[in-house]
Amino acid sequence: MTNPVAISLNVNGERVEAHVLPRLNLADFLRDHLKLTGTHVGCEHGVCGACTVRVNGDIVRSCLVLAIQAHEANIETIEGLSDSGEISDLQAAFRERNALQCGFCTPGMLMTAQDLLKQSPSPDRDAIREHLSGNYCRCTGYQAIVDAIETTARMRVEGRP
Amino acid sequence: MKASAFDYVRATSIEDALGLLISHGERAKVLSGGQSLLPAMNMRLLAPELLIDISGLAELCGIVVKASVLSIGALTRHVDLLRSPEIAEYAPLLRDAVAHVAHPAIRNRGTIGGSLAQADPASELPACMLTLGATIIIRGPAGERRIAAREFFLGIYETALGSRDLLVAIELPAAPKGSTPFFHEFARRHGDYAIVGLAAQGVVEDDRFIDLRLGYFAVGDRPLLARVADILVGIAITPAALAEACSALDDELDPLEDQQASSAMRRHLAKVLLTRCTSALLARPDLCTGAFV
Repeated sequence: MTNPVAISLNVNGERVEAHVLPRLNLADFLRDHLKLTGTHVGCEHGVCGACTVRVNGDIVRSCLVLAIQAHEANIETIEGLSDSGEISDLQAAFRERNALQCGFCTPGMLMTAQDLLKQSPSPDRDAIREHLSGNYCRCTGYQAIVDAIETTARMRVEGRP
Repeated sequence: MKASAFDYVRATSIEDALGLLISHGERAKVLSGGQSLLPAMNMRLLAPELLIDISGLAELCGIVVKASVLSIGALTRHVDLLRSPEIAEYAPLLRDAVAHVAHPAIRNRGTIGGSLAQADPASELPACMLTLGATIIIRGPAGERRIAAREFFLGIYETALGSRDLLVAIELPAAPKGSTPFFHEFARRHGDYAIVGLAAQGVVEDDRFIDLRLGYFAVGDRPLLARVADILVGIAITPAALAEACSALDDELDPLEDQQASSAMRRHLAKVLLTRCTSALLARPDLCTGAFV
């Protein structure tokens, strides 16, 4: 009954082997076991978006995935996207436009925004809002967040750094 | 909050999953995308002793069209429905509806089978199944059963699925020639559960409906295929006829009251949707007048 189970997965390009209880969700595994605390835990029932990570390339709520389900999966967290430079322009645009206040929602916002920009290089403001609809910012700084994403999209299309 | 302790097993085949369900019955829950089950467990609304993970069963994935019937595997994710050319062509209502199911990160994991088995009365896909005349395919201890969608949804989170059953697929007849979908829901933010929603499909000839199906959701304890559609078929729709239909709709609804809306507000919004749907499908902006626009 509820003994730890061995899992093996890839996190930000590194092989990770661990033993986890079935009840442990992926967000807690990343934060508590791997100390990747950029993934935030807000509501723990899929409403706030603060725990958004990539599993096999798709963004998901890591509070609604069990760590045991991530066995043999490829996980990318905000630390991975940040270290690789994949979203450095997006991060700069967030800083520039003051698109974060307390910063709690920011990792999830960046993960979701990058997901949108990969699928749709020139989204309009409505499309940005729709894609971000599952991410709460309780400082309510949405306008600046949408601005920053719109700016990043434009700069990428124009090929500017 | 965190889920309470449970055991976990990965099913290796449908037969394996069925065997586990037979052994464990009500103590077990089937895990597919987990986007309804895991929140309920995190909030301790559910505390199964065992999760049977079927998410690795490739035999439950995919969309096939054969002889004007769409067959959708239970593990087909919302994002797969949204991107499928077959769904866009043969069940455009479903494509329109899925865009309103939660948010991208949830659509990447949530499955059609999970959504139907969950049977939240405010969710979109159960109502679409009624409107589209779906058949739900179930495997259980006595073999395969095929249940019409209108007999599948029995109440809040309640379906014809028994504790030893597995929902394996959904069959939809291809949308009839000349039919047009109408989907709209009122929600606090895009992707949230609806306050009231309507998933409709109509066929119009010479400015009249020759077929109309109205699948309402969040207007009672289960999705509703509104009988009021019959009033609107075959007649020249006037503002008076539409007002009569709105009044008849009232008798069919039994909306719940919750923190999102009163029962009276839901009744009002259902009539607004009937008015907008009729006006849109008939391309008659003049019908959008009066109290319910």
